[in-house]
Amino acid sequence: MLSDITIGQYYKGDSVVHRLDARMKIILTILFIVIIFLCKNFLSLSLMLLLTVISVLLSKVPFKMFFKSIKSILPIILFTVILNIFYIDGGTTLVSFWIITITTKGIFTAIFMAVRIICLIMCSSLLTYATVPTALTDAIERLLSPLGLLHIPVHSLAMMMTLALRFIPTLIEEIERIMNAQKARGADFESGKFMDRVKAMIPILIPLFVSAFRRAYELSFAMTCRCYHGGEGRTRMKQMKLHSGDFVSLGVFAVSLAGVIVLNHYFGSLI
Amino acid sequence: MSAFIEFRGITFGYPNEEGVVSDNVIENFDLKIEKGSFVAVLGHNGCGKSTVAKLCNAIEVPVSGKVLVDGLDTADDEKTLDIRKRVGVVFQNPDNQIVATIVEDDVAFGPENLGIEPKEIRRRVDEALKNVGMYDFRFFEPHKLSGGQKQRVAIAGIIAMKPDCIVLDEPTAMLDPRGRHEVMSTVKRLNKEFGITVVFITHYMDEAAKADRVVVMDKGKIVLDSSPREVFSQEDKLRKIGLDVPPATHLSKILSKDGVKIPDNALDMDELFENIRAILEA
Repeated sequence: MLSDITIGQYYKGDSVVHRLDARMKIILTILFIVIIFLCKNFLSLSLMLLLTVISVLLSKVPFKMFFKSIKSILPIILFTVILNIFYIDGGTTLVSFWIITITTKGIFTAIFMAVRIICLIMCSSLLTYATVPTALTDAIERLLSPLGLLHIPVHSLAMMMTLALRFIPTLIEEIERIMNAQKARGADFESGKFMDRVKAMIPILIPLFVSAFRRAYELSFAMTCRCYHGGEGRTRMKQMKLHSGDFVSLGVFAVSLAGVIVLNHYFGSLI
Repeated sequence: MSAFIEFRGITFGYPNEEGVVSDNVIENFDLKIEKGSFVAVLGHNGCGKSTVAKLCNAIEVPVSGKVLVDGLDTADDEKTLDIRKRVGVVFQNPDNQIVATIVEDDVAFGPENLGIEPKEIRRRVDEALKNVGMYDFRFFEPHKLSGGQKQRVAIAGIIAMKPDCIVLDEPTAMLDPRGRHEVMSTVKRLNKEFGITVVFITHYMDEAAKADRVVVMDKGKIVLDSSPREVFSQEDKLRKIGLDVPPATHLSKILSKDGVKIPDNALDMDELFENIRAILEA
């Protein structure tokens, strides 16, 4: 039922990865993306693949979850693979007829690209699977806080994100309520042509929007009553503190970065 | 006792599209709320009782007259925050006043806005959640709680700010009987144990009967203002403005009119039950 929905794609757990500071996890994810784009040959790439697999195993998030997110971008992976197979020249030619030539280099590059994208997806999924959404918004607010000096309203943006997360389940409940009310009056959402079904959504969306605005209005009253006056002079109950685990993981990533650079240097580049 | 909130000759109306106030929601309104008291404001929909809540902590400012909270004028912009620290408001719809995705984070929202030390916030949040009996639910997501539980979280969010007074604007209107009972007994306890002034706005007679003082409003004016027993003894007057008396009071009245020798002003079923038992034993 609706009460079981989880906000975002958080996978409840209490692993080493879950316990890492959310700010560190964001930094590590960005660092990972940078390193994986630095990889130039299979050795350095497999080092990063190893790092990805270890992180996933440590998080205790089932592999099934990652397959789901990989599946959703499968078309992009296939597109990249096909494009690389046909357009990269070099190495020994395997097949050649008409305008198509497939070379060994093409196939290697295609595999290389696919592994790279899969690593990217797994790593960024891991961030959202193993971090509570509120901790993520908190961490983003704290990481971006220097931008406040440039008059970018970081606090307001983070607050909006938190409120959006908070109201997702409430609005889903509301949609269900409105749909039931319309069904009770004979509305039909399942049958008919595509356009008919789109039209049938209008009587759901309009009440939903109206009520969302009413909620926003009431919420703003409630927040004002609780002395909300922006980020100025505001403190936080939960302080974010870096623990030894955060530094260890940063160290591991730094060593991987060094490893990738060394491997790139000594074993030449594939692409 | 000194007045904690004082309404002096208030007139208030909401401006129309042209920004002109034409219909007054409240007119010549005078009310003093004593420190530590439990006041119920009773009235029909649209009688202006919700406006009273909004005037209490400077969300709305009167067109004429003055609202003083602990001696501070709500019309003074510089005092707004001080006033809101003293008077917390709990609204009708619990969903629309919960800000965070985790119960304890939501309770911390108010104290965080006040810029209180993290350790002190932690202490206050735990204390507030214990006081409303929601401590075991501190890691829950709000949408997994019942209406009564959500409303108690909202109350915890207010008391964590340590206000002197809580104004509750029909806090039970959207709750089932069990939720209503939870909220009512929580508020009652906060008033008795911690001396927090309570202004309880409602249209339920049985809830008003639990207050120390009942203020009945109709068309923006105070019609009756007295103890619950006194107010509910005036059944005709209440009926004339479309209000009722608690069922127990009504039944007492019928019974005593029919010659049963019991007091005609029992406020709740327990009292009526005691009264009937007393004459049966006699």
